[in-house]
Amino acid sequence: MTTTALASPQAEAVQSTAPLLEVKDLVMHFKVKGDGLLGGSAKVQAVDGVSFELREGETLGLVGESGCGKTTTGRLITRLLVPTAGQIRFMGKDIAPLKERELRPYRRELQLIFQDPYSSLNPRHTVGTIVGTALRTHNIVPKDKVLSRVQELLEVVGLNPEHYNRYPHEFSGGQRQRVGIARALAVQPKVIVADEPVSALDVSIQAQVMNLLEDLRKEFGIAFVFIAHDLGVVRHFCDRVAVMYLGKIVEMGPRNAIYEAPQHPYTQALLSAVPDLGVVRGVPPRERIRLVGDVPSPINPPSGCRFRTRCWKAEEICATTEPPLEEKAPAQRAACHFAEPPELSIIAELPS
Amino acid sequence: MLTFLLRRLVSAVSVIFLTLIASFSLFYLAPTDPAGVVCGPRCTPQRLAEIEKTLRVHDPVITQFTGYVKGLFVGRDYTTGGVTQECSAPCLGYSFTLGQPVTKLIANALPVTVSIVLGAAFFYLLIGIMAGTLSARVRGTMLDRVVVAGTLTLSSIPYFVVALISALFVAGVILPGSEWVPITENPLGWAGGLLAAWVTLGIVNAASYTRYTRASMIESLGEDYVRTARAKGISEKRVVYRHGLRAAVTPVATIFGLDLAGQLAGAVFTETIFGLPGLGRLTIQAFSQYDLPVLMATVLIGAVALVTMNLIVDIVYSILDPRVRLR
Repeated sequence: MTTTALASPQAEAVQSTAPLLEVKDLVMHFKVKGDGLLGGSAKVQAVDGVSFELREGETLGLVGESGCGKTTTGRLITRLLVPTAGQIRFMGKDIAPLKERELRPYRRELQLIFQDPYSSLNPRHTVGTIVGTALRTHNIVPKDKVLSRVQELLEVVGLNPEHYNRYPHEFSGGQRQRVGIARALAVQPKVIVADEPVSALDVSIQAQVMNLLEDLRKEFGIAFVFIAHDLGVVRHFCDRVAVMYLGKIVEMGPRNAIYEAPQHPYTQALLSAVPDLGVVRGVPPRERIRLVGDVPSPINPPSGCRFRTRCWKAEEICATTEPPLEEKAPAQRAACHFAEPPELSIIAELPS
Repeated sequence: MLTFLLRRLVSAVSVIFLTLIASFSLFYLAPTDPAGVVCGPRCTPQRLAEIEKTLRVHDPVITQFTGYVKGLFVGRDYTTGGVTQECSAPCLGYSFTLGQPVTKLIANALPVTVSIVLGAAFFYLLIGIMAGTLSARVRGTMLDRVVVAGTLTLSSIPYFVVALISALFVAGVILPGSEWVPITENPLGWAGGLLAAWVTLGIVNAASYTRYTRASMIESLGEDYVRTARAKGISEKRVVYRHGLRAAVTPVATIFGLDLAGQLAGAVFTETIFGLPGLGRLTIQAFSQYDLPVLMATVLIGAVALVTMNLIVDIVYSILDPRVRLR
């Protein structure tokens, strides 16, 4: 086996106090063709200097609107993409520069659950093959035990273990997502990056899948990076939350602090956009923060603070000096020159 | 599966029967003069009348047609020059210009064409799929551009030009000279004699197959489940072949089925230029001499090949893609 020649990730683990996963100044620039016939190449700054850490068994929510770099960050952590710069330290070892072959033992520890349960499963392979391939590739169980382990895994995620011989198209969306989860679980990972795992599902199914993830987290102590744009789901599931805007983390902190006392104007705007259920019961609607304009192009982001073009607090300093991600409250960091929690509660009610 | 095969068989037979009627009416009702051609330039009216009687050109069309169909299934007799020839089923008629039953002519020519076509298919599928896969994997690089430009150039040159150049400068120079040796007599001689034709037909077709495979492969490698496969940590080779190529060959298989059917009815240029006595050459000869029974037979073979290949493609499809149900 090729993997035995390489040091196993466990052996390289430093003390247990060190974070399981530490991302430092992660940068991902995609080259794109510029305008015109001879237009040179431009860079899409999808992720531009993202840093965070994840401890064992912890759940970090990564939120932000479409195109802010959440998914790219998730794919970088799992090394489906090669970062332009920065470090991804997994159990003390920087996996950012590793080659495909050296990376293989880490693939076992870092798994992904994809957003789209329809396209992310190969329609030409049976569910048994899909889940079993991971087992065989990393020699998790002896060859003759693969099938029984696959059946166990299907049972863990709430599928009929007798259905291992079926193809993905014979399952519903929620069931397919369970297959995706079983596949990720098969290798007993330490970290699962869940890239909007429920956003493609019906609301009724979302709750079921979220409960399944919750159970798995408790049972196996897996750390999650949970990428979502549904703030309610994140609040339900995550210990800490990081808010991204245009390739950068603008605010990060414990869940309750982020939801109850958001420091960054963008976080406040994001939270105020959550549908207000109080209206139905006759509570007067709260004031909403309406952001004007579109998200600027990541090819040519604004100078200084990237949010300044849409921020109601913006002043001259915002255009010249980029605000660093600093601690504004205990364990809560925000990148804003004028960071402060809103005077009134901006969230009337969040479904949780 | 069984009901599928039965249904397809019924439709296949009806397609072939329709082709038969269409080609029969086209050839036999057309203002051609087969008797005159058989009779030759120094023809006497008595001789012409005799030949016309033998050819039964004055019989009603229906009688002629039923006679032809009867010959296909039970055989029939032909009288020419006072000698009666027995033509046993499947009798495709009698070529008066060549003085032989058509079935025998076809039986001699078909193995040549099948040998050429299958041998070439081996070359172009191998080269085309390998080059297309490679090109898709290194998409956008110099190598990919060279492959794309090369295949475009090769498919822009008319095939007969490539074949002529190859017949003049490759066959008998670099590769063994082109000739037909039955495989049953001398397998090595068979392969050697056909090699030049295989390589020529193979390389030219490989250009198109490279392009089909490349396009289809780029699409399949962009699928989400390919990313899933990478995330599992399986080797890149397995990702490309087990997940990417398996999906990418489906459209290529469809094109291949149709191409093969077309070529089986006669690889005209290849056979003519390389001097191989296949179906294509037989057809060309028959055309220039109004040899209607031979033409009818080649049309029929073309129809059978097409219908058969379509059926095979559908079955292969269901193997490649489990979502396809045969019913």
